[in-house]
Amino acid sequence: MTTTQFWMLWPDSPALSVFVLAVVAMVFLYAARKPMHELLRAVGALIGGPLRLGARWMITTADQMKERNKAVLLAHGRQETGQRIEREFERLGAVVRRDLQGYPTLQRKLLDEITRIEEDYRKCGEVPPPPPDWVEAVTAMANVKTGGSEMVQRILEEIKSSIAKIHDKAINEYRRSYESRHKILEGFMPFWRSVDRNMTEVNKKLGDLQESAKGVDVLMAKYESINAKTDKAEHALTVSAFTQFAIALLVMAVAAGGAFINFKLIALPMSEMVGAGDYLTASLRTSEVAALVIIFVEASMGLFLMEALRITHLFPRIATLNDSMRRRMMWIALVLLVTLAGVEAALALMRDMLIADKQALLQSLATVQQAAATDGWVGRIPTAGQMLLGFILPFALAFIAIPLESLIHSSRTVGGVLLAALVSTLALVLRVLANIARRMSRVLITLYDVVIVLPLVVEHMAKAGMAMRRSPVDADDSAHQAR
Amino acid sequence: MIKRLFLLALALFCAGLSGCSDPRSHAQAVYVLIDTSGTYAQEAAKAQVIVNYLLGTLQPGDSLAVARVESRSFSEKDIVAKATFDRRPSQANAQKRAFRDTTDGFLKNVKQSRYTDITGGLLQGAEFLNETGAGTKTIVVFSDMQEEIDKITVRNIPMNLKRIRVVAVNVVKLKTDNIDPRRYFGRLEAWQKRVVAAGASEWRVINDLERLDAIFSRS
Repeated sequence: MTTTQFWMLWPDSPALSVFVLAVVAMVFLYAARKPMHELLRAVGALIGGPLRLGARWMITTADQMKERNKAVLLAHGRQETGQRIEREFERLGAVVRRDLQGYPTLQRKLLDEITRIEEDYRKCGEVPPPPPDWVEAVTAMANVKTGGSEMVQRILEEIKSSIAKIHDKAINEYRRSYESRHKILEGFMPFWRSVDRNMTEVNKKLGDLQESAKGVDVLMAKYESINAKTDKAEHALTVSAFTQFAIALLVMAVAAGGAFINFKLIALPMSEMVGAGDYLTASLRTSEVAALVIIFVEASMGLFLMEALRITHLFPRIATLNDSMRRRMMWIALVLLVTLAGVEAALALMRDMLIADKQALLQSLATVQQAAATDGWVGRIPTAGQMLLGFILPFALAFIAIPLESLIHSSRTVGGVLLAALVSTLALVLRVLANIARRMSRVLITLYDVVIVLPLVVEHMAKAGMAMRRSPVDADDSAHQAR
Repeated sequence: MIKRLFLLALALFCAGLSGCSDPRSHAQAVYVLIDTSGTYAQEAAKAQVIVNYLLGTLQPGDSLAVARVESRSFSEKDIVAKATFDRRPSQANAQKRAFRDTTDGFLKNVKQSRYTDITGGLLQGAEFLNETGAGTKTIVVFSDMQEEIDKITVRNIPMNLKRIRVVAVNVVKLKTDNIDPRRYFGRLEAWQKRVVAAGASEWRVINDLERLDAIFSRS
């Protein structure tokens, strides 16, 4: 008998052995049905219970985290919007001071011009002098009948010629008067233009003021919605934080590229200062660490400079310094930054010299002599470029403080949201696992019953037979009771 | 109290920084043995290629020595040039130029020796390398590896080449090797056994000088 046949009761007939063993197993399994069902249920509860508990705890934790995140986000948004409103009001105040400070002067100028225009207008309105009184005498004389008298005829002709002369004179005077009025009206033009210009200016300034006021209105509406803790405000702030985080990360990546170039520029010449053979770790030279330290010091100086200029607000202590101390600090940071930039430019020059020296040595050691490089002004361009880069990069790195501040502020929101999402996902996973455990116990119970289906069928039939036998007896008993 | 705490923290920080540095030496030390005996003296000019290669490869803080293999080579007098390069790259370059001039002068006027005491050279090289305290120690043997010692010189003594790798370079075949190559392979095998028994970390034979990169490139 081989080892694989040890279980066979009759090694020659495996089918019979299997059948007998199956029957025996079925009997035993049927006997152990109830405790086995309870065991499977208990195992399901044992696995599923803690998982459900864990899921519930995680959901609660995620809710708490969301609440905390919301509170922090709204507080941060309130502070930021408040500051923006403050700045907007300051700007508005400056605009009002700048534009409306000269408003009384402008008003006086306008009034003067209007008064002058009114006076001129009045002058224009003066009528020419009325005809003289003797006009009536002439009319009376004109009504005198000549009666053919030659003398009267002559007198009348004399009067006529005199009147014609006077008429011409009056007409000329009238024309002169109109001419002078036209001149006055012509003199109106500059005043009208000035008034028009002043009015346009006033209109534009008032329009600007209105636009600024609209901006303040928008900010105030945002502030109010934050104060009201609306979901819309929370959503807007979250989206804004994610955008800020992405932009800050991008800018930081660019800055890291700049820092890497800076590092490459000064790592080699630093070995001339601190030695090239010292290592901090198996692959990290002391000179490289020194170069990194210089870059970090530059970034720190930039950070302090930005703080002192009140562009960033990472250090409350610096923000609360009095103005003179803050200005002093700003100058110190700027001087140190300029000094470090100068040092970097010198190191960049030294790097070029060291590389040239190394190249010359290698060339002298080479078996095949290479042609010497051109030593004209073209050859000096890389040196000048390196020095310029060495001087500029520290200042460029100084501005890293701005995206850094954004990154730090937004990372709280982004990290909080991501952590809450992670905890929620974990809760879901635990819940699913708990359900799977419970369902699995049910599936196993059903599977157990499938395995012992024959004894169960027999049990079912036996129960049915007993019930049938009992039913006539029960009917007799009930009839007897009825009687 | 706060001031004291601050000073204590500063001291701990400084101590931590000083403790951060890697105590292991990352410097390399190379000892080049140049065979000047018999017909091999003609090959000496090729040794300049190796020395130049090493001068171009070794970094500030590394050590290099060039010695000749003579009738009795266990002597400091056989060291033609030696230097531990300055930690400053500019100074190291100046040292390398001086080193090249010295070895150049020696290799242009090589005097042939009667015998070839490679073992003595290895012993001298091991002594030099151990004194440098370098992290990586290498003896480059520029020879046909055919040792010939006079009767009174004792060289069948145990050597100590622990943590030193030995690289045989330009091991030319002798006339007798051409007749029976087993002599050549047997000679190299015998040296390998001897060097490994002396505790050397590695034994290599490089006949193509272009492959020196594999040995001296820093990991």
